[in-house]
Amino acid sequence: MTQGKRIAAPHGIAHEPGAPTLEMDDVWAGYNGRLTAGSAAPRHALEALTFRVERGERVAIVGPNGAGKSTLFKIIAGTLRPDRGRVTIFGHGPDGHICIAYVPQRNLVDWNFPVTVEDVVMMGRIGQIGLLRRPGKSDWATVRAALGRVGAAGLAHKHIGELSGGQQQRVFLARALAQEAELLLLDEPLNGLDIPTQDAIMGILDDLRRDGVTVLLATHDLDMAAERFDRIMLLNRRVVAFESPATALRAENLLHAYGGHLHHP
Amino acid sequence: MSFLLDPLQYDFIVRALLAAAVVGVVCSVLGVYIVLRGMAFLGDAMAHTILPGVVVAFLLGWPLAVGALVMGVLTALGIGALTERTSLKEDTAIGVIFAGFFALGVAMLSLRGNYSIDLAHFLFGNLLGVSTSDLILMAALGFVVLALIFLFYKEFLVLSFDPLLAATLRLPARFLNYLLLMLIAVTIVVALQVVGVALMLAILVTPAATASFLTGRLPSMMAVSAAIGVFSGVAGVYASYYLNIASGPAVVLVATAIFLLVLGLSVVRRRAGVATVPARLEAQ
Repeated sequence: MTQGKRIAAPHGIAHEPGAPTLEMDDVWAGYNGRLTAGSAAPRHALEALTFRVERGERVAIVGPNGAGKSTLFKIIAGTLRPDRGRVTIFGHGPDGHICIAYVPQRNLVDWNFPVTVEDVVMMGRIGQIGLLRRPGKSDWATVRAALGRVGAAGLAHKHIGELSGGQQQRVFLARALAQEAELLLLDEPLNGLDIPTQDAIMGILDDLRRDGVTVLLATHDLDMAAERFDRIMLLNRRVVAFESPATALRAENLLHAYGGHLHHP
Repeated sequence: MSFLLDPLQYDFIVRALLAAAVVGVVCSVLGVYIVLRGMAFLGDAMAHTILPGVVVAFLLGWPLAVGALVMGVLTALGIGALTERTSLKEDTAIGVIFAGFFALGVAMLSLRGNYSIDLAHFLFGNLLGVSTSDLILMAALGFVVLALIFLFYKEFLVLSFDPLLAATLRLPARFLNYLLLMLIAVTIVVALQVVGVALMLAILVTPAATASFLTGRLPSMMAVSAAIGVFSGVAGVYASYYLNIASGPAVVLVATAIFLLVLGLSVVRRRAGVATVPARLEAQ
């Protein structure tokens, strides 16, 4: 064994060959046992989810506020346990994997935190680096490569408070790249970005798809979902539809998912 | 020069200066995490809840740090468990424990004859009464705190900035959160004789808050905070010597003065259109 070489770095659990990236079997989650005024029965935030997502697929998750999109992401990421049912990522339960990247909504990030762009991207590496170890040369090289790939190489030494919305999104994508993520969960990443910036972000996702990275992206933008995704999941506590865009966005599905709340111009 | 050297002819002043410097470094570095994670109230509460432990050690003639450490660890575990397992809001749960234990400590102390002098020492510190063995214990505990902050640097950084990332990278978040609470408890023990229970919060958050105006990166924020902490401690001892004021409050007043100075400067600079990187106050 050579000195200085990383030997026992925890890379998360192995992937089952041939297993789908993500599979859910009758998953119920977010049980609220308390009876609240006006509701007849206790409810789950998510009910009876059964679906699978294959490697490299790009899925838009669409649904009204409170449909359970964030709960769904937390279950997939393994930070929330379902009350019932089975979740598998590459053939195993989610909580052993470090290949799942969750990119939070931008307004949930403390942009005043004293870190630079490269500090944030390096955070993606610490699962690979392991406890009590310092980032090495190869980790910094990975960080620089990740920033280069999202077109943010020039931002490395900037404080995160100095970034535009599009740059913020690029940095978090770079962090997911540095993490060597194979399943990317993006929570409304396009909100508040102008159209050219949205296109640039989608271009980065196209690039990731070539590496077989699977992307689940929560959005309110039905046009974007229809144009740039393989499949659309209409979610309203249950999976209303999980089909190709043309089928998923049929009027009866939308009515079912949104009730009467969708106003077409 | 003799202004600086004169006080050094007294051994208790030298010990006080060393103690103030140790506390300045340890509290100010850990304080950065307290400020970034919004744990100021928790830190204040923990400083108060250790009082019964300190009083018991005092009454039994044990080293104060032993009682404080036991109580600090119990508080860290208790607060952690309470917030995880009850429907109480965190600040309410902390408030209940904090006031109750503080009252218990004061009540036990009041059993003694010279209650008011003892109480003053616990509340506001007794920097000039630091013994050599106190100093060694403070330095040893302080070293342990700094070593652990260094060892778990990247984990604490991620846990503070993005708890969800920490969870998806499968970091031992519970362990790290308890460890941070324990570090706060130990740090409070280290600082007890310098600033006392009532002023503890100032030495934990004021230098770190000041540093947050001055730098945009965590390591430099820790370094600046430590420098401010050490300067406040040392200058406070001198101020105490020459102005004949209580040492604990003197240390805190120096730190507060630096904070106000830096705050004023950053406001002036922003008015003048100079871009300041971490405009932390604007976000709050």
